[in-house]
Amino acid sequence: MSAIGAPLSRVDGPDKVTGRARYAAEFHPDGLVYAATADSTIPAGEITAIDTRRAERAPGVLLVLTHLNADRLPYEAPEERPAVDPVAGDQLRVLNGPQVKFSGQPIAVVVAGTQAQAEYGASLIRVTYAPDPAPRTRFDPALAEPASEAAAKKNRGPETRKGDAEAALARAPVQIDAIYRNGREQHHPMELNATVAQWRGDRLTLWSKSQWVQNERDEIARRFGIPPDRVHVINPYVGGAFGSVLRTWPHVTLAAMAARRLDRPVCLELTRRQMATYVGARGMAEQHVQLGAERDGRLTAMVHEVVGQTSTYEEFAEPALGPAGATYTCPDRLTRYKLVHMNVNTPCPMRGPGWATGLIAQEIAMDELATRIGLDPIELRLRNYAERDPMKDLPWTSKHLRECYAQGAERFGWGRREPKPRTMRDGRDLVGYGMATAIYPAERYPTSASATLFADDHAEVRCATTDMGPGTYTSITQVAADALGLPMTRVRFELGDSSFPKAKEHGGSTTISSVGPAVQAACAALKAKLAVLAAAHGMEAGDGVPLLRLAGLDSLSADGTAEPDETNRKKYAMNGFGAVFAEVRVDPDLCTVRVRRLIGAYDIGRVVNPKLAHSQAIGGMVGGIGMALFEEVEWDDSLGRVTNGTIAEYLVPVNADVHELDAVFVEARDDILNPLGTKGGAELGLCGVAPAIANAVWHASGKRVRDLPITPDRLLMA
Amino acid sequence: MTPFAYDRAPSLAAAVASRARHRSDGVWDAGADFFAGGTDLVQLMRESLRNPDRVVDITALPGLDQIEDRGSSVRLGALVRMSDAASHTLVRDHYPVVTEALLASASAQVRNLATLGGNLLQRTRCGYFRDPGSPCNKREPGSGCPAIQGQNRFHAIFGGSEHCIATYAGDLANALAALDATVTIAGPQGERAILVTELHRPPGATPAVETQLAPGELITAIDVPADRRGWRSHYLKIRDRASFEWSIASAAVALDLDGGVVRDVRIAVGGVATTPWRLPQVEAALRGRRLTPELARGATALAAEGAVPHGRNLYKVELIRRTVARALEEIGGLA
Repeated sequence: MSAIGAPLSRVDGPDKVTGRARYAAEFHPDGLVYAATADSTIPAGEITAIDTRRAERAPGVLLVLTHLNADRLPYEAPEERPAVDPVAGDQLRVLNGPQVKFSGQPIAVVVAGTQAQAEYGASLIRVTYAPDPAPRTRFDPALAEPASEAAAKKNRGPETRKGDAEAALARAPVQIDAIYRNGREQHHPMELNATVAQWRGDRLTLWSKSQWVQNERDEIARRFGIPPDRVHVINPYVGGAFGSVLRTWPHVTLAAMAARRLDRPVCLELTRRQMATYVGARGMAEQHVQLGAERDGRLTAMVHEVVGQTSTYEEFAEPALGPAGATYTCPDRLTRYKLVHMNVNTPCPMRGPGWATGLIAQEIAMDELATRIGLDPIELRLRNYAERDPMKDLPWTSKHLRECYAQGAERFGWGRREPKPRTMRDGRDLVGYGMATAIYPAERYPTSASATLFADDHAEVRCATTDMGPGTYTSITQVAADALGLPMTRVRFELGDSSFPKAKEHGGSTTISSVGPAVQAACAALKAKLAVLAAAHGMEAGDGVPLLRLAGLDSLSADGTAEPDETNRKKYAMNGFGAVFAEVRVDPDLCTVRVRRLIGAYDIGRVVNPKLAHSQAIGGMVGGIGMALFEEVEWDDSLGRVTNGTIAEYLVPVNADVHELDAVFVEARDDILNPLGTKGGAELGLCGVAPAIANAVWHASGKRVRDLPITPDRLLMA
Repeated sequence: MTPFAYDRAPSLAAAVASRARHRSDGVWDAGADFFAGGTDLVQLMRESLRNPDRVVDITALPGLDQIEDRGSSVRLGALVRMSDAASHTLVRDHYPVVTEALLASASAQVRNLATLGGNLLQRTRCGYFRDPGSPCNKREPGSGCPAIQGQNRFHAIFGGSEHCIATYAGDLANALAALDATVTIAGPQGERAILVTELHRPPGATPAVETQLAPGELITAIDVPADRRGWRSHYLKIRDRASFEWSIASAAVALDLDGGVVRDVRIAVGGVATTPWRLPQVEAALRGRRLTPELARGATALAAEGAVPHGRNLYKVELIRRTVARALEEIGGLA
């Protein structure tokens, strides 16, 4: 029986729950010492003096690096900007000069015999600044600048037009015009970012939390001006990431720099508070949506303008307008994208990057339109159902969104919904039902893998991808077992090592669709080699092991590569889809919102492991509860500082906030996109959840809150 | 974290003689700090917000971890763990407001470690106070209070000053305030007892000074009057998420009902004030009258009298009225 499609538990589960799984900061080479950093407390300006004398004399301190004594690294330019980097600008060159670009910027690193000694040393550094008198610390959409040409090349440009949306809007008998805002969100995975760096001669090993170990290898090689084959990045386990370690952040440079200076291995692990400034975030956004429609709900005009947030040194443009161009059919369409350049650390992708943000505004606006014309929200979406990608005018490789609406509604009991708000109750509580569409691109990348059969009865498959939690270890073992015709227990999948066959970023819901086919190819190549060997020995290949023994071989290896058919891009649109349904209870007086149920129906193509896919979908729902109700980086406009930098104050859902969650996957297989038939589901799991909850809050309370998260104060004052 | 020495106090006299301080007397660097559950102090020390050169562990002090019926009061030792107090029959059966306030605090893990005395003295959760890179008059006197013009959704509408509007974060103290409980304090001058409502000081011009405890003084016990045993009591806590979070508004109500008429009542509120905060004007409006939903709503209209909002905490003016009204309805059987 094929392992593909089986709801298997994680193969790495026992290692994780027993503590055998080693995360970046848990690699302890001999002689390891520990680093802590000191960070800027002003948002913009220059360091005029930095007094490190007390730190240098503190117990156990071995090294203090500041911009005055740090290495000036070459930062060689890449041939091609890595896909995970912002579209334009120059990365922060840590300790490269006295300039301060945001509050919380690392300005010194202290290395000592213990972590406590390093932190104490760092606390003794005294800094004098010449602050910039006019720092850019306020998110003021009036100061926004259109996204650049570089952003336009990645379909994140300043403007896209189809037809004449302004004129169509003016003519439309029904018009919706509203502004939506969402707060800055921090990834806050359980595992703190950490790097252990060790030089042996001119070779550098990094045990470092990463979603893309080969990019980290190449990035660090360029920063230090050394050949990439002298850098080895190892990261077998990732304790959650959500996009926060796609890029190689400056602390990796600091660890390697300090280790080289001391000629000792150095561990640099961020504090929870530093997770709010050392790595990116989902930036705050203001979105203006105008919809024009006929009285029957057919859209005639869509105008969607997004103002996002980026730093002063890089342009982070994200596809927040992706949904506006791909979800509904509509003849006239206009999108605009602007960015406010602020003294902040550069934002970065966070689960459902761009699309989840754009869907907040779009899907609440669609709910407002349904309300205005008295139409069921699902029916409104069906009347605007896109049979072909509306901007590209191409068919999809596969699309089963209708089934998602139908099966989700059925499972949820959408038919019980009273259209009028504030009519459903449970005791004193107001009950609300809301829904939203989910959509996210289904991409895949060229990827390689190797497969090796050992005469001792097991097979090993390798690829330089990582597993931040979706279950890649397990699902790829299933693919390999299926391809080799071996039981799961005899197949081992290894990842998270830059010396393994080539893989791109573990992000964008691309892993199963990229690594899966590569592993299939490697296994097929191995089977072909076995067939040749079998023929030479005049026997059946069988599962290969007796053959290897007969041939006197310890092992036999083969490589395989799988690449997307790039001509498909011209022929098809590629997306995963879903419909998300939410039930909330709202206390009418105290304005607290509790999510009682979330049900999603998804079209993610073929499902390799239903248990993992379900887990991933409901995990996205928990993130969506946070996005809708709790998560917001509090930002002080004057100080330019985060004022809730720890998870005591930055709230994510706890168990008491999470009730019934369920996900169904409609019967689907995408045979065009890749040979495995998958579309990927990770990013999609967050998409649409927050607007479904916001729409349910409206249905319960009759109040339309357009600023997320919907905290009690916002609902009370609405 | 700043290096520190660790001492374990063998006796109450030795603890007092250490001249150690509770964490809220306005003295920030060096000196000795009392240490019990450590659930707040360790956070403060790890972020260099509090830098004692010595901690005096009082968890071995004999006799402070008991709950006993003393006739005129139920005495809760200062070292009783929050979880033990919440489930103790003398507390649960007679003072439900205390059990409810404790169970609404922190998480089960924190409650298993934290002590009652330490809980009364927990420091504010003001984001500026907790961020070592921000100015804060409570942490660095004279550096300013960015919260007044800044991120103050969680901040106080009662009891603030131009120097500080940080909210008192605890729950237990509010419940005890509604029961007219006292705390017993041991110190260099001997023992003294004060009302829980007298323990904390409003920020005024010296927000770093949060209590009236002098160096060497420590809380040894909490006494809850026995004559409140016949009263109904209740704690209602409103917060963003359903658990493991400080309040944005809370109400502790103790009510002596005589056939539906309010013979006497005490109301204390949390999440909205710089110290545990009684609402005497609401109590007066209820006293001697038949408790009805109309009375509850009418009386609680006075709840926000004297409130001074600062921007994002404006909602608390209305929310605290509704919170107290709901607590009264629930306890009065009107909900």
